[in-house]
Amino acid sequence: MRTSVFISILCAVGAALYLAFNFVGNDYLFFAGYTVLQYIVLATAWNILGGYCGYVNFGSAGFFAIGVYSTVFFHAVGQSVEEIFPEFLVGPMQAIFPLPLPLLIVFAGAVAGFVGLGMGYLTLRLRGVFFAIATLALTVVMETFIVNWTFVGGSRGAYVIPPNEVPVFGHFIQFLFALMTVLVIVALTTARLIERSKLGVGFATIRDDELAAEASGVPTLRLKLVATVVSGALMGMAGAPFPYYIGYVEPGSAFNLSYAVNSIAMPMIGGTTSWVGPLVGALLLGTLQQVATVTISSAVNLLIVGLLLIFFVIIAPRGIVGLVQDRWRARSKGAKS
Amino acid sequence: MSQAVSETNAPLLNIGQLGKRFGGFVALDGVDLVVPRGQRLGLIGPNGSGKSTLVNCICGTLQNETGSVTFDGQKIDGMVAHQRTRQGLARSFQLPRPFRSMTVAENIRVPLLYTVNARPGTHLSHSQLDERCMELLKLVTLDGKAGKYTTDLTQVEMRKLELARAMAAEPKLLIADESMAGLSHSEVEDIVALLIRMNERGVTIIMIEHIMRAVMTFSQRLVVLVSGKKIADGNPDDVIKDKEVVGAYLGT
Repeated sequence: MRTSVFISILCAVGAALYLAFNFVGNDYLFFAGYTVLQYIVLATAWNILGGYCGYVNFGSAGFFAIGVYSTVFFHAVGQSVEEIFPEFLVGPMQAIFPLPLPLLIVFAGAVAGFVGLGMGYLTLRLRGVFFAIATLALTVVMETFIVNWTFVGGSRGAYVIPPNEVPVFGHFIQFLFALMTVLVIVALTTARLIERSKLGVGFATIRDDELAAEASGVPTLRLKLVATVVSGALMGMAGAPFPYYIGYVEPGSAFNLSYAVNSIAMPMIGGTTSWVGPLVGALLLGTLQQVATVTISSAVNLLIVGLLLIFFVIIAPRGIVGLVQDRWRARSKGAKS
Repeated sequence: MSQAVSETNAPLLNIGQLGKRFGGFVALDGVDLVVPRGQRLGLIGPNGSGKSTLVNCICGTLQNETGSVTFDGQKIDGMVAHQRTRQGLARSFQLPRPFRSMTVAENIRVPLLYTVNARPGTHLSHSQLDERCMELLKLVTLDGKAGKYTTDLTQVEMRKLELARAMAAEPKLLIADESMAGLSHSEVEDIVALLIRMNERGVTIIMIEHIMRAVMTFSQRLVVLVSGKKIADGNPDDVIKDKEVVGAYLGT
């Protein structure tokens, strides 16, 4: 399938979903749907480094939070233009701020991608468990930094009040939902393009055997840096609209462990070798968590994730996609003989 | 000017006073080795004599601490492994290290994509890549297994794949690190014949091996390494009669 066709299909599905939710007329669907879509982006982003290259990143929450706090930062700047800028700049700055959300998403992506590059340089010489520990540690460092930075609210947190209505979309949550749909399309298209390109082949060699990859001419360090930058940028972009979604952000919610756990568990459960896996995993787990939040309690969410993860790691280590592939292969073999 | 020199009689590989230690253990103790173009060189030595360390230092898997490595008229120590591969220096690993998530043909494509296509002035199209893959697989008689996953291969097939993948990088120098360990008599002959075929295509080959039969059939020149030092170098028939070599292998 050509990429243009692929993108068209995704757009059609996204638009259909939007219209269906709009038809039902219950804003809760948009709220719940936004969270699921956000997890699709996070899971897909994690999979670019974790699934394709085999580097397990426990720091997803950190990259997500960078996106969150990049938005909070620009929001705070917009709130205090008079104090920050010299007098002759106040006028133009007041015209520029508040920045439109799509632009904030791009900024968040740039900041998170840059941090990804830095993290890559620092940690990519480590392998396996050591890399995982390093990413976890970096998240803690970032959280400490944010907690002590009063401009973005520090440990008290910050309010980002969204407007009630936006033109064209109506309720603000519908606008957020549409934005997140676009991010899902960007993430899935990126993952699929990588998978089918020379880059994807290089990533797979890194996952399989780094020494052999180097001996075959693959510049492993450079490719791993590309993976951390792309993965980090997408995670940051997923976090950027979050302050507008939730209205009040504090470090505990932005750096929440559930982002790190979910963005690992979703690809693992769906299957890590293709873009389909994180999508399936995020849809399944994300929806399940939303249902559990409504019917039982949100406290049960991580329990569900944990139990499913254990189940899949033991029973189907290649995830749902792997299970289906095995079934297909067995069937086609059976048909031949 | 340097181009002209490298094209003529200058040696392909020139190692001078190469040294490497691991903590207090001296793995390589000032090794000199000059390999002319087109040669089939056998490198032997008891376990722990520094053979693999030497290979790793030549290929960039390890960095040498002292001395220098010059390849094709260019100083290459300091370069990382993939750069050296692109310069024309390929290796096979002692224990086969295939890319396990890929088929046999896909394994061969990796160096074609990342080494051959990375050289200035070359760009193989998709159909050319496929063609080249099959050519290489035929050379090692694995063409029937192109679509198989590497987990379905036997030991010999795995070794052949290892060599084919190294050859796919179109090397000037191929280092075969114990490509025959654990193989049967006829399988060893297979691999030796294969290496000689590769040499006839113009590739200089350094073979590291314990199986003396294979070494003696293959080598035009034999180098013996003991405790990180070169103790003999020359005509294979003379070298294996050398007192010091016999002593190193059998104990004095």
